Amino acid sequence: MFVCYGVLVMLHPNIGLLLNGFNEHLLPTRQEIMKWNGWGYSDSKFLFNKKGQAEFTGKRYRLSGMILPSLQDWFENTFGASVKQHKSPATPSLNAGALPPANLNEAFLQDLTATGIPFSHEADDRVFRAHGHCLHEIFALREGRGFQRVPDMVTWPNCHNDVVKIVELACKHNVCVIPYGGGTSVTGALECPPEEMRCIVSLDTSQMNRILWIDEKNLVARIEAGIIGQDLERLLNEGGYCTGHEPDSMEFSSLGGWVATRASGMKKNVYGNIEDLVVHIKVVTPRGVMEKSCQGPRMSTGPDVHHFILGSEGTLGVVTEVTMKIRPIPEYRKYGSVVFPNFEAGVACLREVAKQRCAPASIRLMDNEQFQFGHALKPQVSSIFTSFVEGLKKFYITKFKGFDPHQLCVATLLFEGDRERVLQHEKQVYDIAAKFGGLAAGEDNGQRGYILTFVIAYLRDLGLDYYVVAESFETSVPWDRVLDLCRNVKERIIRECKERGVQFQPLTSCRVTQTYDAGACVYFYFAFNYRGLADPVHTYEQVEHAARDEILANGGSLSHHHGVGKLRKEWMKESISDVGLGMLRSVKEYVDPDNIFGNRNLL
Amino acid sequence: MASTTLYSQRDPMLKKRDDFEDILEERRNSSDLKYAVRCYAPVLYKGLTPCKANMLKSMVLQSDHLRYVINQVSQESGEAPDIIHEEASVILEEMAHRLKISTVRFFAFTLTKAFKTLFQHICVNEEGIHRLQQAIQEHPVVLLPSHRSYMDFLLMSYILYTYDLALPVIAAGMDFMGMKFIGEMLRMSGAFFIRRSFGGDKLYWAVFSEYVKTMLRNGFAPIEFFLEGTRSRTCKSLTPKIGLLNIVMEPFFKGEVFDVHLVPISISYERILEESLYARELLGVPKPKESTSGLLKARRILSENYGSIHVYFGQPVSIRSLAQDKVNRCKYNLVPRHIPRKPTKETQSFVTDTAYRIVRLQEDSMVLKPWVLMASILLQNLEGLELSLLTEQTLWLRGLAQSCGAFLDWPDHTPSAKVVSSSLALHRGLVCVSGGRVSLVLGEPQGLVTPEEALFNRAVSVLSCASYRNQILHVFIRPAILAVAIHNAASSKKDEVFNCFSFLCKMFSDEFILCPGDTVQDFEEACYLLVKSGSVQTLQQNIVVTDRGQSTLSFLNGLLESFLQGYQVVCQYFCEEACDSLTEKQYIPAVRSFAVKLILAGNLRCYEVLSSDMQKNALAALLRLGAVSKVKVADQVTLKVNKLAVNSLEDTLGGRLPTQKAVLARL
Repeated sequence: MFVCYGVLVMLHPNIGLLLNGFNEHLLPTRQEIMKWNGWGYSDSKFLFNKKGQAEFTGKRYRLSGMILPSLQDWFENTFGASVKQHKSPATPSLNAGALPPANLNEAFLQDLTATGIPFSHEADDRVFRAHGHCLHEIFALREGRGFQRVPDMVTWPNCHNDVVKIVELACKHNVCVIPYGGGTSVTGALECPPEEMRCIVSLDTSQMNRILWIDEKNLVARIEAGIIGQDLERLLNEGGYCTGHEPDSMEFSSLGGWVATRASGMKKNVYGNIEDLVVHIKVVTPRGVMEKSCQGPRMSTGPDVHHFILGSEGTLGVVTEVTMKIRPIPEYRKYGSVVFPNFEAGVACLREVAKQRCAPASIRLMDNEQFQFGHALKPQVSSIFTSFVEGLKKFYITKFKGFDPHQLCVATLLFEGDRERVLQHEKQVYDIAAKFGGLAAGEDNGQRGYILTFVIAYLRDLGLDYYVVAESFETSVPWDRVLDLCRNVKERIIRECKERGVQFQPLTSCRVTQTYDAGACVYFYFAFNYRGLADPVHTYEQVEHAARDEILANGGSLSHHHGVGKLRKEWMKESISDVGLGMLRSVKEYVDPDNIFGNRNLL
Repeated sequence: MASTTLYSQRDPMLKKRDDFEDILEERRNSSDLKYAVRCYAPVLYKGLTPCKANMLKSMVLQSDHLRYVINQVSQESGEAPDIIHEEASVILEEMAHRLKISTVRFFAFTLTKAFKTLFQHICVNEEGIHRLQQAIQEHPVVLLPSHRSYMDFLLMSYILYTYDLALPVIAAGMDFMGMKFIGEMLRMSGAFFIRRSFGGDKLYWAVFSEYVKTMLRNGFAPIEFFLEGTRSRTCKSLTPKIGLLNIVMEPFFKGEVFDVHLVPISISYERILEESLYARELLGVPKPKESTSGLLKARRILSENYGSIHVYFGQPVSIRSLAQDKVNRCKYNLVPRHIPRKPTKETQSFVTDTAYRIVRLQEDSMVLKPWVLMASILLQNLEGLELSLLTEQTLWLRGLAQSCGAFLDWPDHTPSAKVVSSSLALHRGLVCVSGGRVSLVLGEPQGLVTPEEALFNRAVSVLSCASYRNQILHVFIRPAILAVAIHNAASSKKDEVFNCFSFLCKMFSDEFILCPGDTVQDFEEACYLLVKSGSVQTLQQNIVVTDRGQSTLSFLNGLLESFLQGYQVVCQYFCEEACDSLTEKQYIPAVRSFAVKLILAGNLRCYEVLSSDMQKNALAALLRLGAVSKVKVADQVTLKVNKLAVNSLEDTLGGRLPTQKAVLARL
């Protein structure tokens, strides 16, 4: 998956962040404002301050600068961790000595210099593009270990033609090209294959970040593929439009990355997933440029060649330009939430909502563990009145309605559209929820749920400071198997942790994040305290592997939107059959016979 | 995780087993009534509240599975779905249990009274109970006891009640329902009833399997059934039936439960209540239909001493662990889970394999009394032997049995003469001692009896005695087959012996618990045991009997002698007597009278061939091996004999013909 970091750093408008409305820099070295060994912006992180209270630093998010009084207790109780006693801090900087020397192809370098396209083989630039955000990658960085193989150089094409030139030169000199967008991959897709002996060039798309044109008659826009999600949204908003594509990584992930991984956005119920949004793709491959000759909304011209590119994970070429649907910014937006007595009731409600095809722009169901976790992230309440109201609500739900605080779960909702329709729609959904024992729990709870989406990724770094490893993974599954899958996968994780000598009870949590006609997307969080383990990353990987086996055995898919990368390659054959895999291989063989795009993902 | 390696310990001597507690002891010292009305609050599966019988029924009737089958049957038969639904409801009514705590308490009271009279001790391994208690809370549990007596399931419920464990629901044969009052009592103590055969009845199968699965999925109660399908009349484990096992595994395969735990339970009786009944039944006296009055008549037995019972609750076996890498659960992803489907080959062989494993686990923990050793020796000396010799040989056999891993309950600190004499006393109905000589009681000599009647009486004694010898067969079966193979093989070459071994395993796979496909493993186990006991040596691909191994091998040969002879007689019958129009029904009486003739003529001394169990097993073997085939003529099934094949099997069994190169040979 590609992603580019904030060339234009702005915050997501929906979450009411502080905006810095200027370009922090246009230099290709975006790593300056980003963490080199963790998630997101350098200035934003969770920490336990001197008083032992948790806070979230920086000014970018709504949670920024706030004290989170319950987080420490939750953290210590959940993981058996100790904030005072057991710290596992990261090494402060990269040990450049650990970096393998750049293996440059002189002839390629010479030809590339002649084109004038900028490039670098500085250590920082190379390491920054050698990884995504898998646990093992971040863990290695924090330990200052670096990677066995990193790109030998980085190049920054400025437009489609630059990419064409680079790919031509790569073919001519037989160098390996790995496209790099936003760097938010969680499948090992950006890792360089250790066995790759050729010079590896990281093709960073971040400079291709313009909206080329907007066609208001057809409501489409032509956009360069390196653009980052939040920038795209902000630029379109200026003209009164949006794409509505909001994956959780949208602060950092790029359009090209979305296409390459078959990304899914939170509001897909209204706007669709990336494959529904894309009208036209231009892609540079070793065989040449592939694009369709028109922008008709649907075609019957054999299998859709876009689908060779969507989900190709950088194995076939570089997506340079995309025509994408746009929509007018919705007039009205409203958050909401519903409390259910238990997860089963919640899933039944979501199923019914899907059946009646009345899902709001977003509807997500968090299990009890996540509900409790969300509580732990509540900022300090400023007024007595607020805490009084909170207390009343809690009393009403647990005592008056008899919900068990260790069973109940919450669905968060986001409605968009014109005001009247939203209100109507809202009523319809709440009526369905009521049939399943759901109680409306207010806009605030809903909104907070969505804010957490963006900060939750920062929490892993906090955990890693205190011997806690964490990761998330996802799947899609038919409706009738959702509950069985969630239960079995959680139980499998707990079981595997125990068997592999994890000393503390792991946290397993899941949420249903998308609804479809025929099933749902389920997202798991999984974390444990690794004190006492010799190789926590390996243990983690074994458990995740077992969890994936369990998902597949329970009728879940290999991935809903993260992709396959290298992490899940081994299951591809089983997932799509020998013949299916052969089809994909034959495409790869035709398009890229010399394996120029040699990241070895997917196949 | 529960027992991933079921047979990890190669040396059976090292098997670790729990100690027993006598649960009758407390009953003898405290009030039975208090016991029956005491507070009973068992732990349940993840804190679940038990479900009312009616709610369970409506869950079953409303299940997607049943609705699907009802529609299917309705389309096939042209009947309205409502009518089929009604039928289903009737089936369920006939089947379902109605567990009532008051009935349980009634049984707790009366059974205590009965048990105290009948038995000296009822011993239970309490560690096993603790393991079970743990398992019940974590996963749906299936209890799989061995089945030797009607007592088994009452006893099981009684023990669980005693230990404050959740009472099981028990799959019982429909024949019990004939006993009006008792049938209903059993139903109220947790039994549910299934027809003995319902082969093609889709609706029945659907109701039945959904009923069992609903109870399992929701963990309402442990499910109990007998893998052997019916009481073993011979005290030898029966080859397992896999239908119900298939049903209880399905929720795991389909991901509806995380795991299912199977608990093998071995119930060993020192004397079985039905002892002489069984022998008569095997000899063709029809089994009395279960009736309440029959049971009352059986009160006579209350005055007898039936020794003690040992109940061993084995380590729960996790289906999840067993199925790992053996069953690909993804296969269940592509069809909605409520649509019934035939299990795949892979699944079927897994279930079969598991069934055999469980039966072997049951066998392994069967407690054997000294009398079992004595019976084995007596059967090889039908003419009787000196008491001192019997004692000496029993002690010798005890050593051999222990080295093969037998779970022997030999009293500590008791002189062996005393052990032998008290065993003889307990079984005085079967054996008599006169003039220092011990022999089987071979029928009453007084009065005028026809030769057939005399023969019949002798056969009852022999079969009763054999039912004790049979209890130890599982300990010796592999070495014994090897002993016969060594004896029969043309040379001592290992692969030739293996061929012979493999042939015998195939021949006897209905007779003994020999898991299909485990032949190589069985062979190795047999070699290991015989080498360890110093009976054979393996020298450069040769298996050689040592000098001191002669007696062991001759005993082991003797152990299988009656089976070898019995099967040969059946073969002989097919070659010499069977006519073309022999029907399946006529087979048993025909082969019996053939054998009777042989015995009366003095050409045969083997009484066990009169056992219908052996006759059936032999026929099953011949059918399986293709020497005999079933042909359907009109509405009768006749047996078509391939005389050449039968003849060659007979000769191979008798060691007169070398074993054909077995397909399995890959050593």
